[in-house]
Amino acid sequence: MITLKINGLDVSVEKGSTLLEAARFLGFPIPTLCYMDGLSPYGACRLCVVEIGEGAKAKLVSSCTYPSEEGLKVRTASSRVLRARRMILELLLASCPQSKIIQDLAAAHGIRRQRFKQEYEDCILCGLCVRMCEEQMMGKAIGFRGRGENRSIGTPFDIKSDVCRLCGGCMYVCPACQLRCTYNEPEKAICGACANLSPPCVEKEQFNDMMCYMDPCVACEIKKDK
Amino acid sequence: MAANTGTQSAEDIDSKDILRILEKHTEDRGGLIAILEEIQAEYGYLPEKSLRIISDKTGRPLVDVYSIATFYRSFSLKPRGKHLIYACLGTACHVRGAPRVVEELKHQLGIEAGETTPDKEFTLETVNCLGACALGPVVVIDGHYFSKVRKSRISQLLEQARNGFGTLEIGKDKRIFPLNVNCPHCNHSLNDDTYDIDGHPSIRVTISSGRKQGWLRLSCLYGSYNFASEFDVSIDSVVSFLCPHCGVLFPSTSDCSVCAAPMVRMLVDGGGILQICSRRGCKNHILDLV
Repeated sequence: MITLKINGLDVSVEKGSTLLEAARFLGFPIPTLCYMDGLSPYGACRLCVVEIGEGAKAKLVSSCTYPSEEGLKVRTASSRVLRARRMILELLLASCPQSKIIQDLAAAHGIRRQRFKQEYEDCILCGLCVRMCEEQMMGKAIGFRGRGENRSIGTPFDIKSDVCRLCGGCMYVCPACQLRCTYNEPEKAICGACANLSPPCVEKEQFNDMMCYMDPCVACEIKKDK
Repeated sequence: MAANTGTQSAEDIDSKDILRILEKHTEDRGGLIAILEEIQAEYGYLPEKSLRIISDKTGRPLVDVYSIATFYRSFSLKPRGKHLIYACLGTACHVRGAPRVVEELKHQLGIEAGETTPDKEFTLETVNCLGACALGPVVVIDGHYFSKVRKSRISQLLEQARNGFGTLEIGKDKRIFPLNVNCPHCNHSLNDDTYDIDGHPSIRVTISSGRKQGWLRLSCLYGSYNFASEFDVSIDSVVSFLCPHCGVLFPSTSDCSVCAAPMVRMLVDGGGILQICSRRGCKNHILDLV
């Protein structure tokens, strides 16, 4: 067992557990986006930031990837942490305003307005789908491609992958809500279910009957309006 | 960046070539980038088929191979042109006017950065720093660096690239002049009017290496290293030079100061001695004019 201080309380947690696991076990809420039980922690969304250390040495770390250390002093909701979290949420909201999950998180953190330009990105590169595909579905059909601003998630060469079983796991975990759906382009699609119906993906009544995991698909509506 | 052959297209890809490259890299995981580099050197780009073969043979998921291949700028999934142009757009080059140079390159080639001209001659890439900031704007064409490039110089550089950088600018360079050379034994002229190199009669000698014997023609221009030979001489091997007229071995009075091979001595018409190193690939030479 490891003893450490979380929000001023002396607690002891199991060796090898991360700060996030420790804090959640003890009932301190930490919001997460790219973390999921059963998938390896990735530290992409930075929403789970906590403050460790004291005074001038205090720093923000992502709790999902930081292992518990003996004698560590952790604050899960200091003003610095909350400020950082709000900024992260504002930025996530700007890149993906159509996401229900991000909207809910932003609302819960008291964000009432958007200061940044809305980008309506399809993806926040949280890597949940990549890890889902590899670790739970034993697929490895999708992965990261490129780097920097050209970084994206998808299949090699943007064509249907040989190892994809159309399980839909990637869409199920996606917080950006419409990430893997490529509408009526079955060559590119991982799912492609909607393309088998006509007219594809646009008729709401039919849309509800489809094998689509992103129901209701808000992003779809926005793309249509553009 | 390895030499870009650019001669093979997607249809020519021989899985045997790729398997041969794969055989050399049996180490765990770490070999992937080396494999990709060798394939890129072979074909000038990474064909889709090659990535699939790598994934098959190494047992790594295709998506991993693809993510590495798309991550690094030096790898290309699209066929590239014969000549590769890198224009630096780093901070220092940028403030010294690199954007104008890149605009001019784009304009003259009629392509955007990252594209290849339809005739498969040029590929234009922009890079973020080449580490020669004091010399900016820097443009690299086929591995040759050009510093302080201005808009007005672009057409000349492209022309030079088309002709190849290996050829020298004869006539413009004062260090280059033709020589007439004679055999030190029979005093016959070695210059051969029937075979020109660099637009001048070549110097013909007979070389022997092992059991092979044949002609070797050197450029008579002092400062040019162009030559032609009847058979290929492997780099670093030492050959004997003979007179094609009297068949006598050229005398050697000293050894090369660079590689210690014997220096071959010939007479310069009008007085003087020319000595060249007998090792293939060594460019050491001495010219004593009287």
